[in-house]
Amino acid sequence: MEIAKTLDAKGLACPMPIVKTKKAIDDVDSGEILEVQATDSGAKSDLAAWTKSSGHELVDTKEEDGVYTFYVKKG
Amino acid sequence: MAEKKKTNIILFSGEYDKAMAAYIIANGAAAYDHDVTIFHTFWGLNALRKDEKLRPQKSFMEKMFGKMMPRGAKNLPLSKMNFAGMGPKMIKSVMKKHNAMPVEDLIDMAKEQDVTLLACTMTMDLLGIKQEELIDGLEYGGVAAYIAEGEDGAVNLFI
Repeated sequence: MEIAKTLDAKGLACPMPIVKTKKAIDDVDSGEILEVQATDSGAKSDLAAWTKSSGHELVDTKEEDGVYTFYVKKG
Repeated sequence: MAEKKKTNIILFSGEYDKAMAAYIIANGAAAYDHDVTIFHTFWGLNALRKDEKLRPQKSFMEKMFGKMMPRGAKNLPLSKMNFAGMGPKMIKSVMKKHNAMPVEDLIDMAKEQDVTLLACTMTMDLLGIKQEELIDGLEYGGVAAYIAEGEDGAVNLFI
């Protein structure tokens, strides 16, 4: 998977992961992948809901040592 | 692109925790690409006051109100467990630990995301709050201005 941009939102609390993701997705082109790293446990459902509602696609997620990584394909 | 959805929040309350909830929702909704408006009325106006002593022309009652009400988001009390000002200090230290943004930063973030901050002019008159006492970048209006936004709002909240 080719990653166009990585956003480090680790340590940030709600609503910042989603606010920063929104800003970061504006910087990538349609079809490209944005990688988002977050530690806020709410980010998991937040990111899933946000991608669905904003017309993007959550391609993959993983969790490692309390860090959630999301791969969002821009719609 | 389809027309943007709208989120409209009435911030009636003047407490730190309630203002924080309102501004977190506003920032989240802006990230959802909604058109977001926060309508500040009554005690909610205090979140928008500048943290400095200004001396605009005021009547005695207006001066009293001005003295008794908190100046700005930083100085708002908590709705529960205020403990005469200890509560806000405690919650702010916990917020720092958890990296939660203070309300004053959430307000700046909302402005940056083009959230419309609307101040209710009728309650400003009642409480004797003048425009120069409020932070920059606000819009001023009444119930009609709110309804114009609210009538096709996807999310409408009263806090």
